[in-house]
Amino acid sequence: MIPPDSRPHDPASVIGKAPPIGEATDLLVIGAGPAGVSAALAAAGRGVRITLVDENPVPSSVMGEEVPLQFGARMSAVVANRNAMLEAVFEANPQLAEALERGIDVRLGTAVWGLFPQRRTTRWIGGHVAGLADAQRAYLLGFKQVIVACGRRDMGLAFQGWERPGVMGASAAYRLAKTYGALDARTAVLLGAGTEALQIADALAAQGVRIAAVIEQAEAAGGPARLLARLTGRGTRVLTGRVIREASGDARGVTAVKVAAVDGLGRDTGRALETLECDTVLLGVGAVAAIELIEASGCAVGFQPQRGGHVPVLDASQRTSLPYVYAAGDCAGIWASKTLSEAVACREGAIAARAALEALGVRGEGEPEEPPVPDWPPRDVALERLAWVRASVLRAPGRPWVCPCEQVTCDDILSLRPPRYLGGQREAAETYGLGSAAPAAVPDPDMVKRLTRAGMGPCQGRRCREQIAALLALAADRPLADVPLATYRPPVRPLRLDQLAQLPESPAMAEHWDSWFGMATQWVPFWRVPSSYAVATRCTGEPGAGE
Amino acid sequence: MSRAGSEGAAVIVVGGGVTGLSAGWWLARDGTDVLVIEAGAIGSAASGRNGGGCSHHHSPLFLEEQRLWPMLDELLGYPTEFRPNRIRIALDERQFRLYRRALENGARQGYRTDVLDAKQIRALVPFAGEVYGGYFHHFGGHANPHRTVQAYAWALQDHGGRILQHAPVLGFDTRGNRVVGVRTSRSAFACDHLVIAAGPATGALAAQLGVSVPLMSARAEMIVTEPLALMQTGGVDGNGLYGRQTLRGNLAYGGGPHEWVELQDTGGRAYSTVLQGSIARRLRALFPQAAHARVIRSWAGFIENTPDGRPVIDRPASPGNLTIATLSSVGFGLSPAAGRAVRDLVVSGTCGFADLSTLGLGRFAGLEPGWRALQGWLPAAAGGE
Repeated sequence: MIPPDSRPHDPASVIGKAPPIGEATDLLVIGAGPAGVSAALAAAGRGVRITLVDENPVPSSVMGEEVPLQFGARMSAVVANRNAMLEAVFEANPQLAEALERGIDVRLGTAVWGLFPQRRTTRWIGGHVAGLADAQRAYLLGFKQVIVACGRRDMGLAFQGWERPGVMGASAAYRLAKTYGALDARTAVLLGAGTEALQIADALAAQGVRIAAVIEQAEAAGGPARLLARLTGRGTRVLTGRVIREASGDARGVTAVKVAAVDGLGRDTGRALETLECDTVLLGVGAVAAIELIEASGCAVGFQPQRGGHVPVLDASQRTSLPYVYAAGDCAGIWASKTLSEAVACREGAIAARAALEALGVRGEGEPEEPPVPDWPPRDVALERLAWVRASVLRAPGRPWVCPCEQVTCDDILSLRPPRYLGGQREAAETYGLGSAAPAAVPDPDMVKRLTRAGMGPCQGRRCREQIAALLALAADRPLADVPLATYRPPVRPLRLDQLAQLPESPAMAEHWDSWFGMATQWVPFWRVPSSYAVATRCTGEPGAGE
Repeated sequence: MSRAGSEGAAVIVVGGGVTGLSAGWWLARDGTDVLVIEAGAIGSAASGRNGGGCSHHHSPLFLEEQRLWPMLDELLGYPTEFRPNRIRIALDERQFRLYRRALENGARQGYRTDVLDAKQIRALVPFAGEVYGGYFHHFGGHANPHRTVQAYAWALQDHGGRILQHAPVLGFDTRGNRVVGVRTSRSAFACDHLVIAAGPATGALAAQLGVSVPLMSARAEMIVTEPLALMQTGGVDGNGLYGRQTLRGNLAYGGGPHEWVELQDTGGRAYSTVLQGSIARRLRALFPQAAHARVIRSWAGFIENTPDGRPVIDRPASPGNLTIATLSSVGFGLSPAAGRAVRDLVVSGTCGFADLSTLGLGRFAGLEPGWRALQGWLPAAAGGE
């Protein structure tokens, strides 16, 4: 019997097993877009260690999984050349050179797949840690303050044939064209006419991509008339009150789309479908703040229409509910005037940097800047998303997958149908609809996910989660904001097992590893269990392996 | 029953995890008017976050566990994704020795295990590499925890039972030696019998009725890969891991050290940590042929343990109409049998199919008040926040 004082901690617990953290920084900035670079530069030269990481160039295999954006297989062959891509990323962003010159540790091609704050229920690690990965390696980086500037992605939208190569996120096209110089598209139609979508179409058009048409379900385009006029001046048709009913094509992908006219409730008006030839469909129906890292790390997130949907809850210094985590740029909120002026994101970055520096004990210079204020009144992004999903997804012919990874249709989701691999098992839908799993409550996307598997695939729900939320809101006749956000979990980028397995580990981890609680008494067979239990008299032999 | 108002049920089960839902289903099946009350969403805690194993050969409920799982889909009317049998792989001699216990326990109860050599393992488990040896158990198996939770819930409702979610219990009403009502955040309910099967919260809830159930909570973690080609037997684990290949093809595995936490800190969400790297390291070693598989998410959950890590399924002397059930971190696989045992205790005061004498609260009569500290079951010293 070991006296209890000599073993203050359960040896099978995590205590004393924190991994060695090889590297540490004071301020970690994630994302080298305008907000992230501004933050890093604003904090530079003040005596704190700054690490600026950016996942571009994304490894081509990850791009093939539609992560972090829906690239739609429209990458040209050059994306496989990592050195060329690194060069392209560096050249596309002249401020990266300045960041290097000013002593910032810049890591390109490096994704942050998890933020692991120390909190009451995760105290075993000695401080806040980020999980990083490049194309080969995965490793841990300690940090004191972190500014997340991860940008945005595009809402997916199902229609017949939307899984074909060539159907891609508008942001993905912009990334390929502007950052990589690797967009393989000649003629595109743009779905959606909000500011973010039109701005991207305008930029692509300037690079020689023919934008054949802008297709908008609403009766009018929501984006600025100026951008729309520039597009129409280049020959783009603006088709409002329309949706795509089918993208047809061949082995290389989309060759044409069929467009239907819809009424205010998203119903076909009965007019003949119009066919438009194109090799690319740009999904621009909704720009979505890339909050996966922020949400998975435990920062409070809320649906804020003026900020474009689910965003972190921020104070005036861009600080989240976790006082050492800040958000800046699109992942902190998306609104039209911010989209049109990079200066807004840059200001957010600088504000966050000032607050982070102060938290590190470095006083800010000059007067603090006023936090940017979203446009008011806001665009009703909730109604827009619901309208798109009602007009396109709910009324789609040919039962397209809403979740392409797990092959789950709209109908499967709304009737909570068990996945296809279960074959002909009895359908819950026969007895219970969506409401039955959570009577009298708004359907919970996490529950829908577990039962139908929608959102459980390798793209980590990026293509389907906004559609599913909208479907649940429509089915329950509730506002989109009432539908809870499905949780995000690290790794927020798909990470090869042999990469994740490289994380360092303390020798103590291996010395006392057990599959379960390492408790000898837990597994004593019932025919040998003593009639009473006390710590002083318990058996403490070598614990059998947990089961 | 004035406080309880007009709503109520013959039996109220507090806790909508596998144990509570299974108990509710068994009761409803008998025609008992049952209401399951869950603080969050059903199965949102440990019941939905576990390896899905059904092979608890050390338990007095083992034979019933083995009897029920193969027929559970049929009994419930909904899929659980149960698949029979289990392979356990040892990468070294020490693991091989430790894992032998399942063979011995199974054999004593009439179940067969084949010892496998490295070649046999590689034939059965295409993802395996260099191994020491292993076991093929012709018992046990695995199921999908989420689907099983929902199957219990739907089956319970098919038999007229009710479920109330998002309704944390605020307190109980008693009269004399009996619990007569349950107050929740939503409404109050009268009852003739109360079952507490509330996972980590079981201890605090029972304490309100003067019943001491010694428990401590901890966090455990798992990782999940993208789907891979299906192995012949999905229930393969070992090398210090528990888990399975799901019917969809994902590898879902966990293991390693836990973190003890205070109950009041567990209210929200359980966050996974960098432990996922250590789990990945052991999974890669177990399945080197799957080293390329991408990990696409992790889980964490809070689970409760009694001081000896063994379940409590018992009816305390007072209040006279209370049944307590905590499976002490090993509840999923045993749930069909545990629910039936709870039903028996509620209905007749004694379990008709298994001897539950080793699962009684009485074994803790001599437990030291400072048992948590004595066992070192303490959270790490304050840091961070």
